[in-house]
Amino acid sequence: MRPVIEVSAIRKTYGSTVAVDDVSFEVSDGEIFGLIGPNGAGKTTTMECIEGLRRPDRGSISVLGLNPIHDVYQLQERIGVQLQQAQLQKRIKVWEAVDLWASLYKKKTIDGERLLEQLGLVEKRNAWFMTLSGGQKQRLFIALALINNPELVFLDELTTGLDPQARRAIWDLVRGIRERGKTVFLTTHLMEEAERLCDRVAIIEHGRIIDIDSPASLVNRHCPERTVVLATDDRNAAERFRTIPRVESLVSNNSSSNSSDNSHGNSQFTIRGLGDDLVTEVIHCLSENRIRVTEFRTILPNLEDVFLKLTGHSIRD
Amino acid sequence: MLRGLWKLTWIEIKIFLREPLGALGTIGIPVLVFLGAGRMLGRTAAPASPAASNFIGVGLPVLASVLIAIGAVLSLVTIISIYREGGILKRLRATPLRPQTILTAHVVVKLLLSAATLVLLVLAGKRYYPVGIHAPLLGFTVALLISTWSILSIGFLIASIVPTARFAQPIGAVIMYPMLAVSGLFAPVASLPPVGQAVAKVLPLTYAVSLLEGIWKGDSWWAHTHDVVALVVAFLLCTALSARVFRWE
Repeated sequence: MRPVIEVSAIRKTYGSTVAVDDVSFEVSDGEIFGLIGPNGAGKTTTMECIEGLRRPDRGSISVLGLNPIHDVYQLQERIGVQLQQAQLQKRIKVWEAVDLWASLYKKKTIDGERLLEQLGLVEKRNAWFMTLSGGQKQRLFIALALINNPELVFLDELTTGLDPQARRAIWDLVRGIRERGKTVFLTTHLMEEAERLCDRVAIIEHGRIIDIDSPASLVNRHCPERTVVLATDDRNAAERFRTIPRVESLVSNNSSSNSSDNSHGNSQFTIRGLGDDLVTEVIHCLSENRIRVTEFRTILPNLEDVFLKLTGHSIRD
Repeated sequence: MLRGLWKLTWIEIKIFLREPLGALGTIGIPVLVFLGAGRMLGRTAAPASPAASNFIGVGLPVLASVLIAIGAVLSLVTIISIYREGGILKRLRATPLRPQTILTAHVVVKLLLSAATLVLLVLAGKRYYPVGIHAPLLGFTVALLISTWSILSIGFLIASIVPTARFAQPIGAVIMYPMLAVSGLFAPVASLPPVGQAVAKVLPLTYAVSLLEGIWKGDSWWAHTHDVVALVVAFLLCTALSARVFRWE
């Protein structure tokens, strides 16, 4: 099956600034694809080139088999767009916006009232846009992006500026979009968001794509380290732990080192090693040696760590 | 191509009316100027003075009408620049909506508003000026709509290039009001110095004033063909120019 989005070697400059450079990727039908990177990395420019709002200086883009520059109106009929930091008329009512948007498309649109219901905006249907909260505005923009029953939905920094609760609610909505069989293309600088939502992500920095894969594969590829933190009063524990294969470092903090009268003091160990098997090996070692533990947790690397490793800095820097 | 036009126009009218200050200013100022100036002149100038009665009879209604048109232009410039700055234009652009449709909707709103203001003026005039006025109101309305429509295209042009909404209103005013001075409204164009005459000839407001005055006085449309042609040319020129330089964001 042909990819829904094909981007090949696009480049876009603003004056002497290169916003996007030699970016290529494909998005397949029915997936949630995320373009992740810090602010100013070229996410929005890339997305707006695909939506037909900007013309790349070089390279080619095909969306649903259409050219976003030449077939822009045909394309707009079939896609839904949520723009970063968009606004509506201050005093437009929620239902009026939905009604207006529904009138803009040739094809049959979906029932606006039902959409408002699904997005939890029914009580706000007569409210002016300017009176809505950040989360309500975003939900309205999602409604406007879905009103034409699009095959492909673009979401640009959807949850930026929202509180964690509103953010989670929006994530559920996005998963709901995919469940309706639509393809979702989103940008975010929140690694947690990408990890929880996206089937595949492309990491972009300074206008270039560094790597593309599923979040789990990216983590496995770039950050194979696993960490186990446990606490035990077993005196021989450290010795035993050293025999575990592929352990790279073992750090122990004797939490009761200053209370010498307590011979049963707990020691906390941080065991670092490579590969998925590390955790199993540690558990195996504990049970084989009958080591009693009072604390046990694993620390897994995430996309944040991948980003740090690939770029040498945190995404928030 | 005009899909969404009527819905957008209707919503824009409602939104306009929801801003009491804007509505009051746009509709109220021409009416107030009309009444205020009329009162002042009517009191100071003796009824015998033909110049004063000519101004009350012809100049004042035309001045008020031109103010309507300029008010419409300034309001268009402001709205478009606010919409651009707020990302509203960009959001509308990411739909099958055509740019022409957005501009057309705003022009229709402004024209309807101008017509409404004119009606108010006529009613106010009937109430406060006992002078019998036998102007062809229907023809005059059409002339005002043509003038407004043409001058609005200057508004597009200003709206296309003003950097921010904060500058829109002052820049618009600085461009529009001096046009009034040489428009022939206060002194006949022929009596202006040569430079003034030359400037007046290229400004559409001059033709709008000539058309409005002529129609008010009962001239036939044929006598003002050149005014209408000039206004249409100005419209085409400004629209073409603004289409080239228009910025959505």
